[in-house]
Amino acid sequence: MVAALARRFGDLDIAEEMAAEAFAVAVERWPTDGVPPNPGAWITTTANRRAIDRLRRESRRDDKQNEAHMLYDDTPPEPPNIFGDSAIDDDRLRLIFTCCHPALAMKTRIALTLRMVGGLTVSEIARAFLVQEATMGQRITRAKGKIRAARIPYRVPSCEDLPARISAVLTVLFLVFNEGYLASDPRKEAVRSDLTLEAIRLTRLLQALLPSDGEVAGLLALMLLTEARRSARISSSGELVTLDEQDRGAWDAALIAEGHALVRERIAAVSAGQGRPGRYQILAAINAVHTSARDVRATDWSQVVALYDQLAGIDPSPIVALNRAVALAELDGPEVALAVVDGLDPSTGSGHRLGDYHAYHAARADLLRRLGRSAAARAAYEKAIKLAGNTAEVAYLTRRRDQLGPN
Amino acid sequence: MTQYMMSVFGPAERTEYGNYPSEEAMKQALADTDAFNQRLQADGNWVFANGLAPATTATVVDGQGVEPVVTDGPYLESKEYLGGFWIIEAPDLDVALRLAAEGSKACRGKVEVRPFGGL
Repeated sequence: MVAALARRFGDLDIAEEMAAEAFAVAVERWPTDGVPPNPGAWITTTANRRAIDRLRRESRRDDKQNEAHMLYDDTPPEPPNIFGDSAIDDDRLRLIFTCCHPALAMKTRIALTLRMVGGLTVSEIARAFLVQEATMGQRITRAKGKIRAARIPYRVPSCEDLPARISAVLTVLFLVFNEGYLASDPRKEAVRSDLTLEAIRLTRLLQALLPSDGEVAGLLALMLLTEARRSARISSSGELVTLDEQDRGAWDAALIAEGHALVRERIAAVSAGQGRPGRYQILAAINAVHTSARDVRATDWSQVVALYDQLAGIDPSPIVALNRAVALAELDGPEVALAVVDGLDPSTGSGHRLGDYHAYHAARADLLRRLGRSAAARAAYEKAIKLAGNTAEVAYLTRRRDQLGPN
Repeated sequence: MTQYMMSVFGPAERTEYGNYPSEEAMKQALADTDAFNQRLQADGNWVFANGLAPATTATVVDGQGVEPVVTDGPYLESKEYLGGFWIIEAPDLDVALRLAAEGSKACRGKVEVRPFGGL
């Protein structure tokens, strides 16, 4: 609804505020007046009316009558697309492309999309980026100001611009998905299926728009194969269940079949010479290997390690190296893997330092535990628990720590 | 339609051929810029454009006191100064950025795009 209001009124702040006001009015009135026959339409109409009133008030105050008239006119606010065809009629997709506009810094694009499309709070976004809440709030406010003043349009880019605008959108969608899959706020539930499902929905739309884009298909497959394991990933007591301990019968077979089909299509396209696989296609292939195994012992770990090698070739980040080491432990044992992990420099990393990343300490802790080095494992679990925000992950790490033997 | 200023910056010290490596390069850039300006006019995006004389010709005036204070030179000390600008009209930033890319190519310089309308 915020997206539709934003498109109609050309102002993100007004759209957000009026949507919130409409809900507030509903909460106040419905208990006495009764719930209207179509509650969704009632809220949308109320929000629209309030936005128009607001713009009228502002237009009188600021003597911006013409501008305001243009904003609340019933005709679509965007100018006719003079560069080509934009067939997708989905407000959220337009909003995503606006939030991911190249005139905004990458950090801003991600923050804005999470706020406006993903509906995350400023505090959650600040936490995801390890910055102060006030700093993040200011970044988002400035971005909205720039969209308004510089007239960043609400529309799907023209066909010729589209491929260049896709990569940033994929990054953002992947982050939205991950925020849903591993919610960073300890006050929130461990898995927020609203965000994972929203990310999947938007990625499906993108794939419909760009069916031949390998990375869009790759990201969709990655999301589907990850989402398929969602219900098996958290125990009834709210604890994270690692891949090796998951009940594979509880995985969603339909999502896995869809994900596998996409991966097979991409493998066929790549072997037919249609481009080299990017990171999402490789990550999807890794997940396809995991979800093809009936149990963890049947996993083709050499294939997983080979895929991580391929990924490291295009993304030599310490996070990729860490994940490769975790797979290597299954192939060559925890001692070899620990040597690799301890060879990584914890002060390196792109977004933030590897040493500030809970998964780094969790991976070390697990390897040390398997090697019977309880004291070192305990210290690593402590660090991981301190850095992990996700409640299910904290519960899992805490149990593992408490089950450690002496030394 | 929104008005945008498209600014081009260049080094403080100008060579004999402006900031261009040779006379031919300068002539070619000027011809390309002229052609771009004509396209702006034909397509209805044109408001104004011109190049500025070197920053050394600038004078700063502070009229806020009893008597105006006049200072020789530009307002800010810098290695690069505004060398010229366009004012254009465009329906949105996507169009403005495309025009800026064309202008940048024509004049051989980076172009800063900024909307008017702070107040």
